Amino acid sequence: MGIAVLIKLFVSYLKIGFFGFGGGYAMLSLIHSEVVVRNAWLTNGEFSDIVAISQMTPGPIAINSATYIGYEVAGIWGSVVATTAVCLPALTIMMLLTRFFLRLRDNLYVQGVVQGMRPVVVGMIASAALLLIFPASDDGRSFIDLWSWAIFGLTLLGSWRKVNPILLIVVSGIAGVLIYGL
Amino acid sequence: MRELIEILWSFLKIGAFTFGGGYAMIPLIQHEVINHRRWLREGEFVELLTIAQSAPGPIALNTAVFVGYKLRGYRGALAAVLGVVIPSFLIILVVAMFFADMRDNVWVDAAFKGMRPAVVALIVAPIVGLARGMNMWLMAVAAAIALVVWYFGLSPVWFLMAGALGGVLWVAKRGKEA
Repeated sequence: MGIAVLIKLFVSYLKIGFFGFGGGYAMLSLIHSEVVVRNAWLTNGEFSDIVAISQMTPGPIAINSATYIGYEVAGIWGSVVATTAVCLPALTIMMLLTRFFLRLRDNLYVQGVVQGMRPVVVGMIASAALLLIFPASDDGRSFIDLWSWAIFGLTLLGSWRKVNPILLIVVSGIAGVLIYGL
Repeated sequence: MRELIEILWSFLKIGAFTFGGGYAMIPLIQHEVINHRRWLREGEFVELLTIAQSAPGPIALNTAVFVGYKLRGYRGALAAVLGVVIPSFLIILVVAMFFADMRDNVWVDAAFKGMRPAVVALIVAPIVGLARGMNMWLMAVAAAIALVVWYFGLSPVWFLMAGALGGVLWVAKRGKEA
């Protein structure tokens, strides 16, 4: 541990904050890339557990994951460092945008940037799903049997019908206890 | 000082009660910022949403910076950000401290086995709606990016930069033709 890990955490979460376009689910693939692939701080399974916990607790997933992973990697200071780092880009960029965006919004190049990133954001969300369905290693599979696919299908339907996501997660947890715990 | 505390308090409430993140919290912010405190007008709120969605970072955080900064400059922005972050920071810290011990419990493990596929479904769900607005080529690009990021573990950062650059070049090319 020590200062080197804190610096790594800081840099990783600064990156996640800076490139976190497209909201929570798009950021997942970025977080996965830093936390599971590059630094191996978490396994796929732990990553997916944190996503589930984030769904059930208040607050944006980027901040939740920063606090959680920071603590796992380097204790309380780790969570302070990671959480601060993930907020810094939004803080500075939004202050600049609040001042200048009204003039910038009509700028064609700014529109080009926003438009150009749109398909990337969709691709990032899809890759986050792929990463959890087909993880690189066996440990922490999201799908272990037919029950998993049943839960997946029903949750998907529920989500399309606008059922509250927290409710869907809680019901799936109860289903898990009934299926695997008894 | 009083207004700073009001900003902090309002965003503490928003931070503590916005489950699910993103769009789920917009009505709550709207209520607090427009109806309750009268800090913004409806029109300004729409403007705020446009900015918060184009900027990187969670929408909750971006909204906090916007409102705080408009009201009280950078101090207001800091107060609002602290408000949004503190509840989720404290809750997750407590979870992180105790989850490791709980994780080995048979029941907790069973619950998470049930929740994992549900998490995947929640991630998959919005893709269909997002893809509907795109043409065949953009869909192919999005699919290719998803496959490369997943299979080769390449960081999505490169694709975001390429997308931004591509968008700028496209605008420049169209400008020449016009």
